[in-house]
Amino acid sequence: MHYFIGTLGHFLIITAFVSALAAAYGYFQSVNSQDLEDKEYWKKLARWNFIGHGVAAIGVVACLYIIINQGYFEYHYAYSHSSKVLPFYYQVSAFWEGQEGSFLLWIFWDVLLGFVLIKTNKYWEAPVMAIFAVVQAFLLSMILGVVLFNIKIGSSPFILLRDAMDAPIFQSNPDFVPEDGSGLNPLLQNYWMVIHPPTLFLGFATTLIPFAYCIAGLWLGRFKEWIRPALPWSLFSAVVLGVGILMGGYWAYETLNFGGYWNWDPVENAVYVPWLVLIAAIHTMIAFKKSTTALKLSIILATAAFLLIVYSTFLTRSGILGDSSVHSFTDLGLSGQLLIYLLAFLVGTIILIIKSWKHLASDEKEVSTYSREFWIFMGATVLCLMGFQVIIPTSIPVWNAILELVGIESNMAPPVDQVEYYTQYQMWGGVLIALLSGTGQFFWWNKMDKSKLKDALLIPLVLTLILTGAAIIWLEVQNITYILILTTGIYSIVANGKILLDRWKTNINLSGGAIAHIGIAMMLLGILFSSGYSKIVSLNKTGLVWSKEFPDEVNQKNLLLFQNENRQMGEYSLNYKGTRKRVEGYDGYINIHDLRQISETEAVAIIDITKESKTLYQRGDTLTLVTPETSYFEIAYQKGDQSFNLYPTVQINEKMNMTVFSPDIKRKAGFDLYTHVRTFPDPDQETQWSEMEEITTQLNADFFVNDFVARLENVERVLDINGVNLGENDVAVKATIRIQGSDRDYIAEPYYIIQNNQAGLLADVVEDLGVKMTLIQIDPRSNSFTLGVNETQKDWVILEAVEKPMINVLWIGTLIMVIGFIIAISRRYSEFVKMKSKGQEL
Amino acid sequence: MKKSHIFGIVVIAVAIMVIISTAGDASTYVGFAEAKSMAEEGDNTKIHVVGQLKKNPQGEIMGIETAPNQLAFSFLLVDNNNIEQRVYFNEPMPTDFLRSEQVVVVGNYQNGNFLASKILMKCPSKYQEETIEVSDV
Repeated sequence: MHYFIGTLGHFLIITAFVSALAAAYGYFQSVNSQDLEDKEYWKKLARWNFIGHGVAAIGVVACLYIIINQGYFEYHYAYSHSSKVLPFYYQVSAFWEGQEGSFLLWIFWDVLLGFVLIKTNKYWEAPVMAIFAVVQAFLLSMILGVVLFNIKIGSSPFILLRDAMDAPIFQSNPDFVPEDGSGLNPLLQNYWMVIHPPTLFLGFATTLIPFAYCIAGLWLGRFKEWIRPALPWSLFSAVVLGVGILMGGYWAYETLNFGGYWNWDPVENAVYVPWLVLIAAIHTMIAFKKSTTALKLSIILATAAFLLIVYSTFLTRSGILGDSSVHSFTDLGLSGQLLIYLLAFLVGTIILIIKSWKHLASDEKEVSTYSREFWIFMGATVLCLMGFQVIIPTSIPVWNAILELVGIESNMAPPVDQVEYYTQYQMWGGVLIALLSGTGQFFWWNKMDKSKLKDALLIPLVLTLILTGAAIIWLEVQNITYILILTTGIYSIVANGKILLDRWKTNINLSGGAIAHIGIAMMLLGILFSSGYSKIVSLNKTGLVWSKEFPDEVNQKNLLLFQNENRQMGEYSLNYKGTRKRVEGYDGYINIHDLRQISETEAVAIIDITKESKTLYQRGDTLTLVTPETSYFEIAYQKGDQSFNLYPTVQINEKMNMTVFSPDIKRKAGFDLYTHVRTFPDPDQETQWSEMEEITTQLNADFFVNDFVARLENVERVLDINGVNLGENDVAVKATIRIQGSDRDYIAEPYYIIQNNQAGLLADVVEDLGVKMTLIQIDPRSNSFTLGVNETQKDWVILEAVEKPMINVLWIGTLIMVIGFIIAISRRYSEFVKMKSKGQEL
Repeated sequence: MKKSHIFGIVVIAVAIMVIISTAGDASTYVGFAEAKSMAEEGDNTKIHVVGQLKKNPQGEIMGIETAPNQLAFSFLLVDNNNIEQRVYFNEPMPTDFLRSEQVVVVGNYQNGNFLASKILMKCPSKYQEETIEVSDV
């Protein structure tokens, strides 16, 4: 039992919690003190408390990681999320697989961000860090794990297994420590799951910064000044959150079998909405210099983005989505705690905004249609309405709960087909955003009136029409809605492209917006084509049905492949080559039948394993399996003279009783060919052999087994079988039969044994060919041998293959958007630094 | 009237439309009995049924039938009113189906059979292990 590390960890949690409260108190005192000396005194004190808090929080992270890394399975967290065989990088995933760990990750990011803010701010440090410290105390309370007045506050990651579980073993043996943990969910054993959560949580953590600046500004009566320091951070937050969300999409595309990158799952929606609002906030913040209306909107949107993050935390972690989401966390009994925080933040923010409202002067003048503000407001409004359209149906379980609270029974359920439901509305949002982001840029950079607008828009419009026309013909777009999306998307690229060229001539530092907008428009086009024109290519044209019990759709859209038999799929000829494994020290895939697994992670080679006529492993060598639970189905594709292999996988996790299929993707310039296996024969099922067929043959004469040419090459006496010596009076004869498979030759070696005056037959199976060879009889007089042949159905897979056109436009668009954001961040940050060095941030 | 007021009214109108359409497009949670009577009245909309897999007294899951190629399967679901129904699903069994504590099926009755178009699972053990195997002591 390793009690020390857990006690230390828990102690550090409490230390971090208390020091966060102390830092908050100190910073509050600093803000409220009138006396300069007092101000400075409290600020210093609070700063040291926050640093102490940060060190303690990092200590908590270290303790939990040590527990996972060292495999201290007496701790519930290590037991539930890790196992002995888990490689280093998945230990990192195991760290944040659980609720407590992901809160810790969030806390960790806030600590680092807090340190940066302390370092970069003079004036804003006290008020901003006061809010930071309060939020940190809130986050830490979620993992506090203490019981006060019978109320459980937080769930500690350092709880011992025996305290967390009511297993009978602990009554007989309280010191019982499991040999191994239950491991990481196989779905999460993917490299994207190593980097996606930290990116996403950095995005979560950064939304606090604009929120904190805004609240600090309202609190101090600096209603406008908060925007300049908050703007670069808002941009940073938006790009990190956006990338985090898309990484999740990419993970789903590469690993999950639903065949796409976005499923409109409630958990996905819960982060998409704050992202939209944050983008809207950035736009109004950029517009604020000229318009007080933009200031009011900026305050509302910047605070709303953070509050929506807290709300999405509530949605995903309270268990309220349990019936509607595939991947929400389970209820740890913390929903009440989360709800209290959510309401506290919400009410506090609203009160502060209302109190400040009268100080935010109103515009008397109307916003002109030709002003830049008008277009930005339109854009922000569309973004917010898009978010609203998503959050309302996503919150259906919440509405049910609220209605129940007031005594109305409600049984509303989320829309049946989420993808179709949300897409039909969000599509129009995309069209409007493309239009506004294209046109708005002209108003942003130039003073516009009617005649100027005509001049400015003429070239982009003509270019758009030409390009769209060409695209419609070339890509055969016929659906009216799709034509509209295509047109507006191209328009946005062309219009922003023109702006970009202008900026390049003047000041390249100002090109961030145009570049980001081009990226967004490309993403829109990528989504349109990859989803709207996704095409199932694995159509069953054989006229046979795979199973009469299946509905037509399954029979028509899936292809049944027998091992080593060619089957035509559209322009491709497909061949299932068999199941493969990967081993350490070998760059490639090894036939599963060339290995015999001897432990969870090790296998013995049955034949010499060669590559380019070099023997890497000899027969009998022990090999270490890479990802031992995973098997790879080798599918050979041939089209004309080009050929490639894809390796969709299945991961069988027996501990969790899970079978996870993952696709493999052939990436081409124009489209992705996406292939996943739907099903394959149950590996535990016993093989059904046909009746034995007897073949009498002579040495070196050809005969057929299961349609393959075979030849008896040798028959010899052996002194041992599989390393076991035979007795003096025993006789064993081994036949060597070479069978020519389509790719390579196989050797079957059946034995004929006479032991204690009894004949025994030891058959040999060639799994790849589905044959079992037995040496039945040796007739020395005619020099002939009788072989028994049993056949079985060949190995098979049923797969689905989908073409996703132009999906790369989506990923490239993402990259371009990120570049645009980075340029914008550097510009806004240097503005803030300039103002700070002039002492104007006061 | 100021332009901004008109704009505000339009925004509010869209927001109200979103709420109305959500209420209109939302599905409902019902039991098998109600789902059946809906189907008998000719209502083909898909609904959600929440239930649990049928288990024998030893806690083993009963009544799972898999198609020979494992591309489809059916199972027994007991809804919250304790009504048992065989549910047909034309997809391979979802990965952590057997571990799920609660199952939500989305679908409707077709010719007297309940055909699910989607299955959602609530797995308390998806992120948290609930039991310990002590076989290797």
